[in-house]
Amino acid sequence: MAAVNSLARPRRARRPANRRPGRRPERMWAYLMVAPMTIGLSVFYLWPIAQTFYFSFTRSGPFGGHTWIGTANYRALVDEPSVFQSVANTLFYAVVQLAGIPLAVLLAALLNQRGLRGRSIYRLVYFLPVVTMPVAVAMLWRWMYNGDYGLINQLLSVVGIQGPHWASDPSVALYAVAAIGIWMALGYNMVIFLAGLQGIPTMYYEAAAMDGAGPARMFFRITVPLLSPSIFFATVLTVINSLQMFDLAYMMMSTPGAAAGTANPALPRVRTVSYLFYQKAFVEHDLGFGAAVAFVLLGFILAMTLIQFRLQRRWVHYA
Amino acid sequence: MCSKSGTPSEGRRRGARLGSWVAISGLLLGVAACGTDDPSGGKIELTYRIWDKNQQPAMQQIADRFQAAHPNIHVTIQLTANQEYWTKLQGDATGGSAPDVFWMNGPHAQLYASNGMLLPLSDQLKADGVDLGNYPSALTAIYSYQGKQYGIPKDFDTVGLWYNKKLFDAAKLTYPDDTWTWETVAAAARKLTDASKGVYGILAPPFNQENFYNTVFQAGGYVISPDGKSSGYDQPATISGLKFWTDLMKAGVSPSVKSMTDTYPAQLFESGKFGMYYAGSWNAIEFSKNDTIKNDVDVAVLPQGTKRAVVIHGLANVVYAKTKHPQEATQFAEFLGSKEAAEIQAKTGAVIPAFNGTQEAWVSSMPQFHLRSFLDELPYAVPFPASKNTDAWMTKEAAILGPAWSGDKDVAAAAKELATAMNTALREEQ
Repeated sequence: MAAVNSLARPRRARRPANRRPGRRPERMWAYLMVAPMTIGLSVFYLWPIAQTFYFSFTRSGPFGGHTWIGTANYRALVDEPSVFQSVANTLFYAVVQLAGIPLAVLLAALLNQRGLRGRSIYRLVYFLPVVTMPVAVAMLWRWMYNGDYGLINQLLSVVGIQGPHWASDPSVALYAVAAIGIWMALGYNMVIFLAGLQGIPTMYYEAAAMDGAGPARMFFRITVPLLSPSIFFATVLTVINSLQMFDLAYMMMSTPGAAAGTANPALPRVRTVSYLFYQKAFVEHDLGFGAAVAFVLLGFILAMTLIQFRLQRRWVHYA
Repeated sequence: MCSKSGTPSEGRRRGARLGSWVAISGLLLGVAACGTDDPSGGKIELTYRIWDKNQQPAMQQIADRFQAAHPNIHVTIQLTANQEYWTKLQGDATGGSAPDVFWMNGPHAQLYASNGMLLPLSDQLKADGVDLGNYPSALTAIYSYQGKQYGIPKDFDTVGLWYNKKLFDAAKLTYPDDTWTWETVAAAARKLTDASKGVYGILAPPFNQENFYNTVFQAGGYVISPDGKSSGYDQPATISGLKFWTDLMKAGVSPSVKSMTDTYPAQLFESGKFGMYYAGSWNAIEFSKNDTIKNDVDVAVLPQGTKRAVVIHGLANVVYAKTKHPQEATQFAEFLGSKEAAEIQAKTGAVIPAFNGTQEAWVSSMPQFHLRSFLDELPYAVPFPASKNTDAWMTKEAAILGPAWSGDKDVAAAAKELATAMNTALREEQ
């Protein structure tokens, strides 16, 4: 007994004893492991965010140097009509981009059918715009959208329709740019959905087929609910990316070869919040105002993402 | 990151501030910019930043000549794409690591000079016997701020009236010459226009340097007051300079603003269906290579309004205020502005060198065009308008005047709106 006890006690004692002195090094290792990420995030994201927040309350010179001006930038922001228009443009763009998600789900489901010929070619074709430089994409589309010589209007004229100047008519340009956005994001979303689809066990479909369900019913009753986590993920990303949209608008609105100070007549109706930020901070050298614009954008993205996470409880099914 | 000079705390502070801007831009735009390498070795290392790839060989040739004459100095040329040149330069200048010598343009000259980013050259130029009278005076003026010279002119460009001889012949019109006035242009534009054939008399885009700045000055107006404190867009003369263009738009002798946005006017002109085009000396090389129009077009001096005027713009070589080698950098900038360097530039035909007397090589580089027109305009050339923060109001020009061009807004009302916006911007930069 004593022997057993003496054996057992130290053993029982040893375990916590081992853990206690070992805890600190273990924790240290843990910290060490996450340190690169944490330091990187703090230095390159958190600290700049804090600084930007501070700068949004200052008047900053183009070469550093700033004076505290309180909320003047935010008050100027409310008075500036281009801010409202840009926010409206950006929200509209984001909403239109969401319309691309059902399209991507549908295409992914079609591409996922077994026995489909040329499957990898289709996947390549849809994914190509994702990996193409936005600059190249914009150049291509500018050419197609050209009101006088563009491919689209040439085709429309065959059936007797006089198409608009897609990229320079203020009333259609935002739709035209949004269409490119959908086209560009389609491939990326499809990859997410294809991965999600492959995670759905085939037995559900087999069982449904035995019960006499058609393809449409299977799509809406099995595919969509089981894909909902992927759809949610894609939705959140799409909204964040859309709210940040800059390059496409910039490229579509700038005139290649034109001198400074030339603007596309459609610019006010296409300018996104990021574009406005760029223009204010880096073209007009009003860094404080730019910082305020960036914070408004951050606020919007946070709010939209929070709303989406709230809403997900209603429709996302985690299997 | 980018900063490397100064005390550690100073460096850190500067680095952090710059870092934050770089990182925000990185977050949103995917831009990151960091500057020059540390000089090393026994030689004095100078960096020279330019944005035009086409001019790099000529710049390298000039740098080689300079190095041959100064064996203790080594010059490295940095090429930065035009689109990111100013963003990058601003970041580098803030972080204290801008190149020793770099290209400067009119809209940014006062911004950099007034913020103490450029080395004043006046004293050194005097000591080295460099005569600024060797350059067109309107050009030198662009790089002078508060009585000090900050840049040595490199090249310049003026605007001329390009015309399509074929269309003029078909309409039985005489070619433009120095007797032409605004009325002659308008009348010719009407005669040349044949909408059924898609032929237009003139291209009248709402561009500042090529178009309305010239006519504003020709009408006796101004864009910005000489003291740089107020806008001239509410002046009747300035407005009549704008009205010249909006009247042409109204008369239907030019394609729409939308058409000229979708297809750049120079490209439209190259299709051979447009009679006249106010375009720069920089367009000559492109037109000379275009098979459709190279034998059909020529250029004349700008028609006059109430007086003769043309806007002149050009680049200058400037020296960074915080350069480690102010003397050597200034020497290099002086050499870049020398006659020898100008002759190297002239041969390429890409730009008109600023050094007076060296422009002949450029004129004779394309004998099929009457390129002398661009030089004939020099006596009445007006400097490209600029202030400390030119971009702040220049972006408004296009945005506010655009609707007047498309006919959605009265030109006088748009000009007055622009004057108010520009005055606000000018007040803010004081």
